[in-house]
Amino acid sequence: MARIIVVTSGKGGVGKTTTSAAIAMGLAKHGHKTAVIDFDVGLRNLDLIMGCERRVVYDLVNVINNEATLNQALIKDKRCENLFILPASQTRDKDALTTEGVEKILEELSKDFKYIVCDSPAGIERGATLAMYFADDAFVVTNPEVSSVRDSDRMLGILSSKSRRAENGEEPIKEYLLLSRYSPERVKLGEMLSVEDVQEILSLHLLGVIPESKSVLNASNSGTPVILDEQSDAGQAYADIVARYLGEDRPHRFIDEKKGGLFSKLFGSK
Amino acid sequence: MSLLDYFRSSKPNSASLAKERLQILVAHERASRNQPSYLPELQQELLAVIRKYVNVSQDAITVHFDQDGNQETLELNIVLPEDR
Repeated sequence: MARIIVVTSGKGGVGKTTTSAAIAMGLAKHGHKTAVIDFDVGLRNLDLIMGCERRVVYDLVNVINNEATLNQALIKDKRCENLFILPASQTRDKDALTTEGVEKILEELSKDFKYIVCDSPAGIERGATLAMYFADDAFVVTNPEVSSVRDSDRMLGILSSKSRRAENGEEPIKEYLLLSRYSPERVKLGEMLSVEDVQEILSLHLLGVIPESKSVLNASNSGTPVILDEQSDAGQAYADIVARYLGEDRPHRFIDEKKGGLFSKLFGSK
Repeated sequence: MSLLDYFRSSKPNSASLAKERLQILVAHERASRNQPSYLPELQQELLAVIRKYVNVSQDAITVHFDQDGNQETLELNIVLPEDR
C-alpha cells in the first residue's frame, strides 16, 4: 500500500508545486517508487516545474475518462528512475475530476508505488478537496504572512472534517507544517512572523523551514526540482524535510540568522 | 541602550501585531467552524416564536454553542424589553 501525501495551503503562490516537485524527487532519490499528481485541472504547472512539459501526451482527466491507461499517462522522470509524474489536464471543465475517478487512479497507483504526492491547487474547490480527500499525510505549506497562516488554518479544518479518514472515523490525517519563504533577518527585525509564532497559532508539527531563496526561481526556470540543487539552502531544506519525514532525526536549520549567515559566507548565497 | 536600539524600539513591531491579529481571528474562526450548521436557522426560528409574544429586537437573542470534551452546551440568551 502506498502512502498518500497531499501538499496543500489554501492560499496560492506559497510554494505548493515547488514543494511537491522537491519532496517527490527527494522520496524517489531515497529509493522509494514515487508518483506525483497535479490536481490543478485547468492550470497545470507541475510539468513545467518538473521539466517534462514537452513530454505530456495524456493527463489525469484522460485516465479518469478511460481515454488512456495510467501507464500511458505517467511520465517517467529522466533524472530518477523511481519518479513518475501524472500531469493535470488543461480542460476548463470543472466537473472533469470525480471522486470515483480519483479513487480508482489512487488505488491502481497504490499497487506498485510507495508514495503518492498530490499537488493541490489553491482554493477550496473540487481539485483541492479531492487532492486531500484520500490523503494519509498532509504537508501544509505556509508563508510567515497573515493571509497564508489564516488560509492554512482553514485547510486544517477541512482536512479534519472532509477527508475519507474523517468520514470513516479512521485515524486522522497526519498534518505537518512546512514554513516556506522564511527570512530570519526580517524575523529578527520584527518584520516577519517567526517559526514559533506560526507554530503557536497553528499548533502543527514542524517538518521544516524553507528559507526565501533565489535558488527556487533558478530551479523553476530550468525545470529542475530545487532539491537537486544540493548547494542551495532551499535544496538542503527540502532534503532535510524528506529525511525527517522518513524518520531521520535532523536538527532544524535556516531558522536563525546566524547559521544562515555563516552558511552563505561559506558557500556563497545561492 | 544604543541610539540604534532607540530608533528600533520606537517603531511598531509589525510581526507582533500580525501574531495578535491572527490569534484572535483564528480562535474566532475555529469556534464558528465547530458549530453545528443549523445554528443560524435555529436563531431565526426562535426569534420568530418569541416575537409572537414579546416584541424583541433582532439582536436581543444570542445563541452560543460550546464544546468541552464530550459535553456540548447550547446557551440561549434572550433580553426582554423593559417596557412590556
